Amino acid sequence: MSRKRYAMVVDTRQCVSCKACVLACKAENEVPDGFSRDWLMEEVWGDYPNLSAENRSERCNHCTNTPCVHACPTGASHVNEGGTVLVSHNKCTGCKACIAACPYNARYTHPAGYVDKCTFCLHKVQRGEQPACVSICPTKTLFFGDLNDPTSEVYKLLRSRRFKVLFPETGAKPNVYFLY
Amino acid sequence: MGLLYDPDRLKRPLIRRDKRGSQVFEEVDWKTALDHVAEKLSKYTATPEALALYSHGYGGTWFKHLVKAFGTPNIGAPSDAQCRGSRETAFALTYGSPLGSPEHVDMPHSRVITFIGSHLGENMHNTQVQDLATAISHGAQLIVVDPRFSTVAGKARHWLPIKPGTDIALLLAWMHVIIKERLYDREYVEQHTVGFDELKKHVEDKTPEWAFTRTTIAPEVIVETARLIGGARPASLIHPGRRTAWHGDDTQRLRAIAILNALVGSYGRKGGFYIPAKPELPKYPTPPYSRKRAQPADWQKGQNYPFADSILAHGLRDAVFPGTADYDIKAWLVYGCNLPLALPQPERTREAMEKLDFIVAVDVLPSEITGWADVVLPEATYLERYDDIAAPPYREPYLALRQPVVEPLHDSKPGWWIARELANRMGLAEYFPFENVTEYLQTRLEKGGYDFAELKEKGVILTEPQPLYIEDGLEPTFCPDTNKIEIYSQKMADAQMPGVEPLPHYTDPEEPNRADEEFRLLFGRSPVHTFGRTTNNRFLSSVVSKNVVWINRQIADEMQVTCGDWVVLVNDTWTCGTCGKQHSGKSRPSAKCSGCQAEPAEFVQEKPVRSDPIQVKRTRRIRSDCVYMVHGYGHDSKGLKFARGRGASDAKLMTRVQVDPVMGGTGMNGNFVRIEKTTAPKEAQS
Amino acid sequence: MNTDYVEICPTAYHKMVEHAHEVWGWEIVVYLFLGGLVAGLLVLTAALELRAGERSKSRGLMWMPFIALALISLGMGALFLDLHYKIHVFRFYLAFQPSSPMSWGAWILLVIYPAAFLLGMGSLSGDWRERINGWVEKKSKRLKGLLDWSFEWADEHRRTLLWTNLVVGAGLGVYTGLLLGTMVARIHWNSAVLGPLFLSSGLSTGAAFMLLFKLDKDEQRALVRWDMLAIAAELFFIALMLISFVGGNHAAQVAGEGLLGGKWTAPFWTLVVMLGLVVPLLLETVEIKRRLPLTVVTPVLILIGGVSLRAILLASGQESCFCDLR
Repeated sequence: MSRKRYAMVVDTRQCVSCKACVLACKAENEVPDGFSRDWLMEEVWGDYPNLSAENRSERCNHCTNTPCVHACPTGASHVNEGGTVLVSHNKCTGCKACIAACPYNARYTHPAGYVDKCTFCLHKVQRGEQPACVSICPTKTLFFGDLNDPTSEVYKLLRSRRFKVLFPETGAKPNVYFLY
Repeated sequence: MGLLYDPDRLKRPLIRRDKRGSQVFEEVDWKTALDHVAEKLSKYTATPEALALYSHGYGGTWFKHLVKAFGTPNIGAPSDAQCRGSRETAFALTYGSPLGSPEHVDMPHSRVITFIGSHLGENMHNTQVQDLATAISHGAQLIVVDPRFSTVAGKARHWLPIKPGTDIALLLAWMHVIIKERLYDREYVEQHTVGFDELKKHVEDKTPEWAFTRTTIAPEVIVETARLIGGARPASLIHPGRRTAWHGDDTQRLRAIAILNALVGSYGRKGGFYIPAKPELPKYPTPPYSRKRAQPADWQKGQNYPFADSILAHGLRDAVFPGTADYDIKAWLVYGCNLPLALPQPERTREAMEKLDFIVAVDVLPSEITGWADVVLPEATYLERYDDIAAPPYREPYLALRQPVVEPLHDSKPGWWIARELANRMGLAEYFPFENVTEYLQTRLEKGGYDFAELKEKGVILTEPQPLYIEDGLEPTFCPDTNKIEIYSQKMADAQMPGVEPLPHYTDPEEPNRADEEFRLLFGRSPVHTFGRTTNNRFLSSVVSKNVVWINRQIADEMQVTCGDWVVLVNDTWTCGTCGKQHSGKSRPSAKCSGCQAEPAEFVQEKPVRSDPIQVKRTRRIRSDCVYMVHGYGHDSKGLKFARGRGASDAKLMTRVQVDPVMGGTGMNGNFVRIEKTTAPKEAQS
Repeated sequence: MNTDYVEICPTAYHKMVEHAHEVWGWEIVVYLFLGGLVAGLLVLTAALELRAGERSKSRGLMWMPFIALALISLGMGALFLDLHYKIHVFRFYLAFQPSSPMSWGAWILLVIYPAAFLLGMGSLSGDWRERINGWVEKKSKRLKGLLDWSFEWADEHRRTLLWTNLVVGAGLGVYTGLLLGTMVARIHWNSAVLGPLFLSSGLSTGAAFMLLFKLDKDEQRALVRWDMLAIAAELFFIALMLISFVGGNHAAQVAGEGLLGGKWTAPFWTLVVMLGLVVPLLLETVEIKRRLPLTVVTPVLILIGGVSLRAILLASGQESCFCDLR
């Protein structure tokens, strides 16, 4: 039984920053007001009129070399099924070392006390469904699956398209890949 | 969800208790409210044309049916003259039928898509955006012509930051290049069009260099993009956009777009425009409308819009002022149209509402129009009601059912019930001869050979597919009489009216006065919100809760403002003393009146209109002669507790319209504003 | 991809939307300062006695371990206030995560209590021991028994206790720096030099604090000399830090901008370097050379410098982000 390595692939060519992924996640995971587990980066560069843009739907990267799990003093931040990084609410003291440790600013303090972030909707994935953001995306920008499965879409996309990750120099080995 | 549980939703019928517009109401039960409405409307039984219906959305079919039975021809919606009316007329004149909604563009198969001003991706017509995404994934190249670097411009191979109002020059220059370099579909043009020779002569002097001086787009870019457009024929789509009411020459601009599509042979071809099929669904049997209906009152006395396909919503408003139209409109029934924000010249709308004898509004939220109504009837949301069956023309013809998933909350009622109850009280019961809407739906479906239970379960039923393209054997029908695509429009030539030329002409647009530091105000949509309708939705607003004004970076630096600073936009207006036409600008215009050629000395200065405070977005993504904001904010309805006071209203600034002489549409992109710095409002909401 | 500017959909609790992604505020500044100070107290108290070879006669030093405990309790109180999920505070002590400096710190803090307490017990003079015995005897015989045992144990294992406190104190001083220094994400902190920097700062602030008390002339001189060494070390480690910014990779260069021309330059160089380090060093040099009586000026400046160092580093570090590298 081979181990799973969950990952997400974002096709920046398709993304129009419609923010449906943000809203779907908010609804599915009851994200409190003023916070979000995923967000859009509309990156524009150049000088008028020679401008270029890239749209990215970003979230926690569920890194392989997790800075947050390393920083957590109680073991609340831990690696779960398929490499998904989760927070055990009952162990979290709210010390926020993980927030300071995350190079992607993916975490936030939940009003209930614990630190929270994207969970790859593991509760849905375990039921055989896709994460909320992936299901809702109208432009087929988001893909989720097991990188160790050669029949998965994420595997095939990363073998056929150019991709990048955010800030590879952190050494965190993120598992959200951006096609461009 | 945010709408279903919106605490500000209309809950119970309301009757006005203070002067109109004060938003003081008393809650009553349905019987009282409906009796009152019926009593008021029955006053017009002998002159039913005095009643006008405004309706937007699928749920309005019941009310259209009601007022048609009542006998009035005055049924309008801002989605025509304020939105896509010019496009419909232009395509009807060129191809013989209006484009319709949804526009039948075949983007997934296009190789090149050219957007003129459309910001698809920010206006979130879901299926179309999905089609665009599919097109991109198939390698389609995009050309985006827009003064602003929109989301779709960020995906384009070419972004042409065109000077607003000069699109016709660009389109003519493209035609020039495409004809000169023989990049048009000769077989298609010969077989299906008339007027090519006239067009060729017409664009002979419309060179890229000529266009450059008008549009500020470099000649090489015009040539390169023309080659891209022509080279991809026939799968080269010049997208007609949706809200096309910009500068008053909009039908001509859309004619140019239609003609360009004809040149590359995209209409009726794969990757261009497919020919949609509409499923056959018989109507529910009701007696024919027996009353003889008068002519609509949407034209002012003496006005003539020879090619208007639809009723002008702003015309119905103007007809409220006694003596303006052939007869006066005395009462409004408004279904889901927030007229104070949707119609330009909101001051005029306010005056009209003060003059009306009676206003009844059917709505879900306490939007501004409900604040002006005499009776407000709370409709159930789309999650709580059945609407009539939707059978729009599409690639795969289908039937769709809107059905309730929860019981209506509070005391709201579905539209069909409201319409039927009114009909019963107005002597029109025979037009609603069903007890329950499910009876209506079932009967219609069975008559068409469909199963109601199946539609209920699936939500959508696909019907018989039909050939979509000329390549697949479809026999296209074009303009009546000729059965050809009319590049040169004889009908328009025959009308002999200024602005109604048979081939699109370019005229220089009026421009903001640089010396007075004016900018053209442009507006658009946010993908999160639907016009102004959802800005009270707390769920959606957790993502985007206000609008900002986009100002070119260099201008912002000159003004010493930066992102987050608060400003107010000021629209100065001059009214021509002779004809009433409005002109924009701080200083007295130097040119004669564009309506009646009166001297500028005749102009009367109006009080400047100031917007609500709005924050600045200092950006490189827009030309230095324009500013941009998203529409739908700046609500002042007391009932919209969340939206009230958030962001700024662009509608308030729409004091000036440029009327399209072909079909009467109101161009709203001709308002020039100055920017004044201000301090943050007391409770600056974010 | 040279991005001139970036625009973000303002939905995320995100660094670029809220300018300072600040999760640690004044509570952590207080803790870091007191932690460093207490580290200094423990190390120097132990070192003074190890150097002298016998128990000190000054009252200040006698009470120092207990003062240290009081101060570290204050610091831990501040830490507790910072926690977002306070009722789970006990979770720190149901786990040990070797990769987490904070976990190390939690346990070090725990160990300090018995170590310093016993050191303090052993430091108490005969007078005080009698007094305490008297009070306790009145309350409970069993407690008196425990008390006697502690005094005995503490005296017997004096040397062990001294070394334990020295090592644990050093550990306390270093870990606070490594806690910040191992955060790769916060490029301004990400350097191992923060460990020894905070330790030497802790020693210096500890010495300064101790100099506020009435101590033996000889002890005071020793503290001043050690403080001079600590300040020199601090300056050295700050120099190393700056060298790693200026001579480092892109991230390091961007990280250093705040202190070298950016918004933190002025406060850092005036409050921390000048007032907190250079001026006290000069003053101390003069005081030692000229054998002048010591004033409170030097210690106060050092303490101000210590608080400023932590406050500035904490703020600038949390602002710094890989996003800055675009």
